Amino acid sequence: MAGYIVRRVLQAIPVLLGTTFLIYFMVFALPGDPVVALFGEKTPPPQVVEQLRERYNLDKPFIVQYLIFLGNIFRGDLGVSFSGQPVADILAQTFPVTLRLAALSTFFLMVGGIGVGLISGLRKGGVFDASALVVSLIFISLPIFVVAFVAQYVFAIQLGWFRTTVGVGAPWQDLILPALVLATASFAQIVRLTRASVIETEGQDFVRTAASKGLSRNRIVPVHILRNSLIPVVTYLAVDFGTLMVGAVVTEGIFNVPGVGRTVYQAIIRGENPTVVAFVTVMVLIYLVVNLLIDLLYAVLDPRIRYAK
Amino acid sequence: MTEIVNGTNMQQRTAVDVGERPLLEIKDLEVGFTTQDGVVKAVDGVNITLYRGQSLAIVGESGSGKSTTAHAIINLLPGTGHISGGQILLDGQDLTKASKHDMEAIRGRKIGFVPQDPMSNLNPVWSIGFQVEEAIKANGIATGRKEVKKRAIEVLKQAGLQDADRRLKQFPHQFSGGMRQRVLIGMGLAADPQLLIADEPTSALDVTVQRVILDHLESLTRELGTTLLFITHDLGLAAERAEQLVVMYKGKVVESGPSVEILQNPQHPYTQRLVAAAPSLASRRIQASGSIAAAESSMAEDAAHAAGDTIDLIATAEARAEVLEAAASAPPAIVVEHLTKVFKIRGSGEFTAVDQVSFQIPKGTTMALVGESGSGKSTVAKMLLKLEDTTSGKIVVGGIDLASVTGKELFHLRSRMQPVFQDPYGSLNPLRNIGNTIAEPLHTHKVGTNASRRERVFELLEQVSLPKSLVSRYPNELSGGQRQRIAIARALALKPEIVVLDEAVSALDVLVQAQILRLLADLQAELGLTYLFITHDLAVVRVIADHVCVMQNGRIVEAATTDEVFDNPREQYTRDLLAAIPGAGIELGA
Amino acid sequence: MPSNVNTRPDQQHFVAPIEETPLVAIDAVKTEGKPTNLWTDGWRDVRGRPMFWISAALIVLVVIVALFPGWFTQVPPNNDCQLANSNAGPTDGHPLGFTKQGCDIYSRIIHGTSTSLSVGLIVTFLVAFLGIVFGAFAGFYGGWLDSVLSRLGDIFFSIPYILAAVVVMSVLSQYANVWVISIAIGIFAWPATARVLRAEILRVKNADFVMASTALGVSSFRILLRHVLPNSIAPVIVITTISLASAIVAEATLSFLGVGLPSSTMSWGNDISAAQNDLRTAPQTLILPSIALSVTVLSFIMLGEVIRDALDPKARAQR
Repeated sequence: MAGYIVRRVLQAIPVLLGTTFLIYFMVFALPGDPVVALFGEKTPPPQVVEQLRERYNLDKPFIVQYLIFLGNIFRGDLGVSFSGQPVADILAQTFPVTLRLAALSTFFLMVGGIGVGLISGLRKGGVFDASALVVSLIFISLPIFVVAFVAQYVFAIQLGWFRTTVGVGAPWQDLILPALVLATASFAQIVRLTRASVIETEGQDFVRTAASKGLSRNRIVPVHILRNSLIPVVTYLAVDFGTLMVGAVVTEGIFNVPGVGRTVYQAIIRGENPTVVAFVTVMVLIYLVVNLLIDLLYAVLDPRIRYAK
Repeated sequence: MTEIVNGTNMQQRTAVDVGERPLLEIKDLEVGFTTQDGVVKAVDGVNITLYRGQSLAIVGESGSGKSTTAHAIINLLPGTGHISGGQILLDGQDLTKASKHDMEAIRGRKIGFVPQDPMSNLNPVWSIGFQVEEAIKANGIATGRKEVKKRAIEVLKQAGLQDADRRLKQFPHQFSGGMRQRVLIGMGLAADPQLLIADEPTSALDVTVQRVILDHLESLTRELGTTLLFITHDLGLAAERAEQLVVMYKGKVVESGPSVEILQNPQHPYTQRLVAAAPSLASRRIQASGSIAAAESSMAEDAAHAAGDTIDLIATAEARAEVLEAAASAPPAIVVEHLTKVFKIRGSGEFTAVDQVSFQIPKGTTMALVGESGSGKSTVAKMLLKLEDTTSGKIVVGGIDLASVTGKELFHLRSRMQPVFQDPYGSLNPLRNIGNTIAEPLHTHKVGTNASRRERVFELLEQVSLPKSLVSRYPNELSGGQRQRIAIARALALKPEIVVLDEAVSALDVLVQAQILRLLADLQAELGLTYLFITHDLAVVRVIADHVCVMQNGRIVEAATTDEVFDNPREQYTRDLLAAIPGAGIELGA
Repeated sequence: MPSNVNTRPDQQHFVAPIEETPLVAIDAVKTEGKPTNLWTDGWRDVRGRPMFWISAALIVLVVIVALFPGWFTQVPPNNDCQLANSNAGPTDGHPLGFTKQGCDIYSRIIHGTSTSLSVGLIVTFLVAFLGIVFGAFAGFYGGWLDSVLSRLGDIFFSIPYILAAVVVMSVLSQYANVWVISIAIGIFAWPATARVLRAEILRVKNADFVMASTALGVSSFRILLRHVLPNSIAPVIVITTISLASAIVAEATLSFLGVGLPSSTMSWGNDISAAQNDLRTAPQTLILPSIALSVTVLSFIMLGEVIRDALDPKARAQR
């Protein structure tokens, strides 16, 4: 287990260096004055331009620029936003809200997605399975902003069950609708994957052996079928975390949730590129950390990994 | 006349009690599978009667319905399978009419089940202890955590896991195949059932392990007075382990009765075929064209066409002796000297897979390299074929040192030495038709024109006894045996001198296996081929090889002619292997 | 015989009548019917499924609309906008009403089709090309090449492709067009394809038929092309079909965020973006282009599902 963790962490290092380099490269290796390019057609406050020039060391060779940038990240200096506010400060304010939204959304996703997938898989070919397939295909096909708008229109504007946008302090009840919307982004994939995994597990020899021992169906389903089916689903969650982050940007923007996503959303809409770049870097770092954590969770779920040398 | 040699156990379990009720009585059982083309009957009118304390084996090839019958008894048929007729009476209770709840109570408690493949039958995410305790709790054998654990240790110890208390917390992947099978046996017997169904309980294990486990299972069930129902494809094993035999063929019972009687006096032509083809029961090498073996006796031929008919055995044996003699004076086809292969393993240093292996294969003869899994036999084959680099040592093929050849020379050398591999489902590219597959060697080595290649493909198909019409078909339509024929045809396309057969018949049903072995013998006589025959199955060696090398842990422990090895083995390991051949000690009648 | 002591009277030697259990030839060859393989079997399977025909018909329709928008509407998409018609309902010749700018919604949907489809196709081509090259070389040749290519894939994979495209498009906003946005998406979307192919190739390359070809002296590149790739490509076809749908969604998302195509380009994403503030008053201006977008995406997703079911024996068994 320890060896596995160490190996995973070591593997993450080159990826971490590579991704930060790639982002830096995309922005600062382009021709022209990147600071000007970052501001596009807007006129930035002069002191911010100065701050940026200083921060990105544009007079130094590219690789040195990058190394300084990397060093800053490790010191917790994540850069400044368009208006000159440190990104770390903004993050401290907005992150808790996003975390709550993500937690609620993941809860809906796991309960709904895995639940529907399990029933679908156990009743393969039935009416429930067929309906679940149709619903999942429709959800896969709907871009999240369409889902968000439709949900907002139907449940908030027409039915009035929820508020159209999230109120001050982002109370839990206001987060329900955005969290449901966010969950739909991966709902279909989780349903399909769980279903496939359940069907595959159910055909495994050890499930028949469990039955031959005299176990009841009520025990076999959770202990032998569901438990084993979760392994690929959890792996998928790691891969899918990117979808969740992009979804958070759109959803928080549309529902005005005061989280990290909305900050990015507004920065993109307003063309505040320094903020966008800084936050995308942060999101990629979060993505890497989450992937690492899910890898470890994977080891917890699968003893073959846990006890491998 | 049950001359059971080699310590085979076939003691009588109980005395006859006239008028007693059978423990298990299967009457006219029918099992159907729903497919796109309607219901397919996998079991069709099967009758089996089994009394308390008896042991009975159902024998058949794949697709005979033997496993389906077993699964029907505990009502765990896979997929769309369902019982469509007949009765299964357990102690008078009809299981086909039992409710779901009743069946749950019967499984484990009244009927124990030991499945086939120890690798896939334990849930990889739960510890061994958890899985045994679960069985104990479900059957109400013990209550309370301590009691359950105590019983679990007891069960595992009984199944032969001496350090059970220590290993409870371990997971299946930390157990060897044999150990897992012991766990499964322990679980099957945990609730002390009256009937134990063992579905090919050891066919996934090495022969020596197989024997130990079967011995243990046998003594354990005798001790507990458990009635035993075996499912197996191996006639020798069935006869050795069970008093009663049921032979199944295409979903039907073709013959049943006392084992020894059936083996010595098979009445149904199918059983006769099986007895004749079982390599473990055979006693000598297949001679080319028309010698012993009723293996090829097909439908058209007389059913009584069994061993010992009109063919002149002595003449063919003499012919073989001449070949061997001639071969001894000619330079050997293959010389292997001090061949060694060391694999580097990440983290844990090195592993010597092949250790100082030396042997020679005389031209036109068959050398068998025998060993259990991990003995290094396949690695030798791969080095010989230059599919794997050698660490040290020398391989000389037809006078050419393999280490010295590269590029064009190697390309040419490859055409003189061709392999046939084990897995019939992996040996042919599923997306290329048979014609292209067989012609690939010709294309690669630019032999002939398109027309002459086509002719050669037809010729090769004929040599392996397959119809020409197969050229435009794809492997997915062929059986395992037919695929191996195609693989042989491909190997022969360039008229090689040497064919390396890496477990080439191991995955095949016994009748098909016999057919392919016969084909190989014929081809050898016809084309003067030299074979290196890699196998784990010593029984097959007897019917195909002239010389044998026994490998263990990367080394050759014994090398001699086939007759010497079988009649007078010098090494204990060889003796163990020989003793482990199921049914080797059973004497056949007539 | 002593062994019969334990045999009960009803267990005596039984032999089935041969007429009832006739022997058939061992390993008889079946040669009736047409030759079949994975592809022909797959096609036969696909042919029988309504979902295939529905998705195929939709895709054909989308392609025709994209190629010949003039066949479907006479109304020019841009120059006919009159603010007087702002958010107006359907009228004669304008079946779906008007946008906030007073443009014909139906016409804009028709003319936006080619944008979505072009982005989808360009991205898919790029993803398939990069994915196949990287996946095939990494999986087949292994060793250090695999390490390098796989780590490179990990790096690109670790930046969610929409976020990466947001950054690229933010910086390149002046240059935004269909090609730039497609490349921005495609360059970060290929690792998924490469991973799938690599895993598949690792499975196939150890097959005995590959070893047999090696033992024949067939060159390794030829083995890759002849034997390994054809047997590993099925999942790539599935994922490629689905990636076409994802690319269309990605373009719409970027356009929706305002970092996609310039507002002068006709695009469903742009139209949805422009309509978002009128959700309360004129939801149809947002819903109608969304439906066009979703139906197009759905048709490719359905096609992907059908192909998966046809080519993947595991998926087929799970139906």
